[in-house]
Amino acid sequence: MTNSPDQQPSEPGSRPTEVMRTVDLARIALFAAIIAVLGLVPAIPIPFLPVPITAQTLGVMLAGAVLGGWRGALAVLVFLALVAIGMPLLPGGRGGIAVFMGPTAGFLLAWPIGAFVIGWLMERYGREGAFVPAFLASIVGGIVVIYAGGIAWLAVVAGVPLWTATTGSLAFIPGDLIKAVAAASVATSVHRVYPALGRTGG
Amino acid sequence: MLGIYRHGTSYLHRARPATKLSGLALVAMVLFLPATPMNVVAASLAATVTVIAGFAVARIPAAVAFAQVKPAFIILAAIFAFHLIMGQWITGGLIVWRFIVLIALAALVTLTTRVTDMIDTIETALNPLARFIDPGRVAMCLVLAIRFVPVLANEAQAIREAQAARGAKRAGPTAFIRLAVPLILRGLRLAETVAEALYARGYGQRAVGDGPAKDGSTEKGREAPGATQPE
Repeated sequence: MTNSPDQQPSEPGSRPTEVMRTVDLARIALFAAIIAVLGLVPAIPIPFLPVPITAQTLGVMLAGAVLGGWRGALAVLVFLALVAIGMPLLPGGRGGIAVFMGPTAGFLLAWPIGAFVIGWLMERYGREGAFVPAFLASIVGGIVVIYAGGIAWLAVVAGVPLWTATTGSLAFIPGDLIKAVAAASVATSVHRVYPALGRTGG
Repeated sequence: MLGIYRHGTSYLHRARPATKLSGLALVAMVLFLPATPMNVVAASLAATVTVIAGFAVARIPAAVAFAQVKPAFIILAAIFAFHLIMGQWITGGLIVWRFIVLIALAALVTLTTRVTDMIDTIETALNPLARFIDPGRVAMCLVLAIRFVPVLANEAQAIREAQAARGAKRAGPTAFIRLAVPLILRGLRLAETVAEALYARGYGQRAVGDGPAKDGSTEKGREAPGATQPE
């Protein structure tokens, strides 16, 4: 699982790096499960939004924002692997390889890239407990990257022009903006408790 | 936590997952490669027959098959509507048909293959890449994640109930934050506990089969290049 060029730096009261390798493994598995659980909790109604939004993509943003680029992307990959091997973990109990054959599979496939970009931006430009960099990183990775992948995929496999695919996806942007705010807020709170968590190189 | 898998003893249930996955990949290629409309129709017809025969062999009820394709209907209807407006209902119909067949066939693979068998298949498939990624660690990570899901689901439920008891509103954007922060903090503690328990039982101390670890030894051979720089 660990092919990242850089591992978790030891935390205060440091433990052997071998333990940290296993802790990393457990944290990647943990965030895969958190993405799953955030998709399972009932959708939360938001005032002024037509559809209640599920928190699953919030989990994707959080994986990158909390764990950093490489481990965040790996956590999302593990989650997608669980879905692919037949766990009903997407909203509505969907799962299986079938979801990767559908017209909206591009969004799913862009999730790990989005998580990586969020983590990478946070590592580069973020400061511990700073909201604004985390929010901007969540927008770039969690909205721009994921929609780019999803819309491009939809346009290619469904034979629909890019512009049509884009306007069809716009309805979900307000919900995702709220999730970006939530992701940044949660990540800054978690980093205050676990200062060393997202601060790795790769 | 049950999967989408439906128990059965048919030929498809007993077939190796790798065979089924290769078949799916083959059909997907056949469906997307042809350029002329007539070939697309021929490929789609052949794939449709394959799918129907597959569901019959696996003895999976039509309702179960339908439930697997249904979630895609809204977006497929939108795609068809677009092509209809453009005056190309044949193109739209072919695209939608292709999707339904492919989704149904993929669902058939999932319905007839156990999650554990899939994990074994992933582990085997990664063996040639063992120099770069440790297949055992990948499998361990998948299994850990599966085990974490019900634990965290219970935690999430407990957190929401505790907050509701204290009068917190369930709606609004802040509901996400109020749920996610304690969930992640508890989860991170759980992850560390599990990792230390694994380590205490010898996991990750040496590559499997290398014998007992010596104090302070590093993993040889299995280490990713340049990994683990102690500070």
